[in-house]
Amino acid sequence: MSEGDNSAFRIPHSAFRGKRVTLILGHYGSGKTNIAVNLAVKYREVAEKVAIADLDIVNPYFRTKDSMDLLKEKGIRLIVSEYANSNVDIPALPQDMYAVTDDKSLTCILDIGGDDRGALVLGRLRPAILEEDDYEMLLVINMYRPLTPDPESTVEVMREIELAANMRFTGIINNSNLGRETTAETVLASLPYAEEVSRLTSLPIVMTTAEIHVAKELDGRVKDLFPLALQKNFIESKI
Amino acid sequence: MADKVLMKGNEAIAEAAIKAGCRHYFGYPITPQTEVAAYMAKKMPKIGGTFLQAESEIAAINMVYGVASAGLRVMTSSSSPGISLKGEGISYLAGADLPALVVNVQRGGPGLGGIQPSQSDYFQSTRGGGHGDYHMIVLAPSSVQEMAALTVKGFELADKYRMTAMVLADGTMGQMMEPVSLDFEVTPPPEKPWATTGTEMKRKHNIVNSLSLVPEELEKLNIARFERYELVKKNETMYEEYMMDDAEIAIAAFGIAARVSKNAINEARKQGIKVGLIRPITLWPFPDAPFKKAATHVKQFISVELNMGQMIEDVRLASECKVPVTLCNRVGGMIPSPEQVLDAIIKASK
Repeated sequence: MSEGDNSAFRIPHSAFRGKRVTLILGHYGSGKTNIAVNLAVKYREVAEKVAIADLDIVNPYFRTKDSMDLLKEKGIRLIVSEYANSNVDIPALPQDMYAVTDDKSLTCILDIGGDDRGALVLGRLRPAILEEDDYEMLLVINMYRPLTPDPESTVEVMREIELAANMRFTGIINNSNLGRETTAETVLASLPYAEEVSRLTSLPIVMTTAEIHVAKELDGRVKDLFPLALQKNFIESKI
Repeated sequence: MADKVLMKGNEAIAEAAIKAGCRHYFGYPITPQTEVAAYMAKKMPKIGGTFLQAESEIAAINMVYGVASAGLRVMTSSSSPGISLKGEGISYLAGADLPALVVNVQRGGPGLGGIQPSQSDYFQSTRGGGHGDYHMIVLAPSSVQEMAALTVKGFELADKYRMTAMVLADGTMGQMMEPVSLDFEVTPPPEKPWATTGTEMKRKHNIVNSLSLVPEELEKLNIARFERYELVKKNETMYEEYMMDDAEIAIAAFGIAARVSKNAINEARKQGIKVGLIRPITLWPFPDAPFKKAATHVKQFISVELNMGQMIEDVRLASECKVPVTLCNRVGGMIPSPEQVLDAIIKASK
């Protein structure tokens, strides 16, 4: 289930530089899954064979599988463990995860679990991803999360993730938001923070995201804006 | 830091505990509360605190006993099966009159059950949980903001009455993300002359113990403890009333069930049905007064719960069975939908 429609918006050019594999990583609860699903939908507009791989070994809830219907409708392949959202509380990986590196005809988005713990999963895929060398590794940041309130702590979390992944980030997604209380001002107030993270890491901000209604207000005021159609998660769909 | 932050309920508990001066956390991971431990693991070392993943829930609660004896603010957290394991330690805390905070982010049971939300530990927490005559102060948050606020409140009440306080949340509250303001006042801990902080050769030894072999003395201790419980009942009972002024039907619900019920009430009001909500915030002590009062003007109570009907007994007791009390529930990790609650309201209105 998605709220709103972002089909009128174009994906920022900076966010899709033609790489075959896009890895989405970041702090726990920074918004990775929402972004991964939205990116997959956008990639599908320009690529024939798109897949999203849910490689989250941290969280048994809030998975790409929540958006299964949308992905199916858009013709996007979902690579996910059969145990995701099954309440079987084990860090299982999908049996077809090697399609990500084996099938070079796929445009892939990898939704990786939060923090350094989540990034450990890349151990298996890293050699093939590095050898092919056709990837982006994007860091999702949110200034309003309590453990990444400033650029310095954000960079610390980023370095922990890089250490666990044994790979380096290539760009930043500024997803600073306050959930349902997000306003245009919430996003605007986060721009200096994101710019400072960018300066400290020498990484480009490939896009700034905002929920679709907020994004409409921000149109023209924020560079490389990417509107998100928010995916309802497992719990929100119940209440 | 910004005025508000976006937090999971579990993270809000952890951050609020730190704000309340808790520097000792002992726990053991279990879904759906693991974020409490994960947050503490990240943050405690940076602020000179102690995070320790114990070898079991039983070990963790006994470490809580140790730090509480030394007079410091201390907590543990778990989910339903883990709380059962802590039961013995919680009873010992009560027997030794030690202040501590225990968090239960409930999941479906009994046994290992599942990882989806539940409120089926109501009896366990409000009636004690471990053996012996005792109570805990039980606080039931209904938003992520309240997860934080009631954690602070829990520490304050625990210290004030030398009791264990429990934050009784459910998996939904633990997992959902909402904006939270962490700007709240904290009452610092009182002097604790009974604590085992070292005599410096200036006073007699303090002994913290729950063993009392002389029955006359053990009886006195129990009676004194229940006199203290009466003070808690008198001073600390908390509840929220929503659209109760003209209500002909009253819903009783706490935690996530109260949020679902509010949605249903808003819808019923649009249809002209006069329905309101009494939301206990302290489950022990239970807020008898609003139910007793409501029983004079409502024709029915509906108890909305994520269990087979546990709080419903307290609603009947508090309203002295003057009007019928019916149950609207889901169990096993399921949550009643607003539509289900609305149906129950419509049925009661006829």
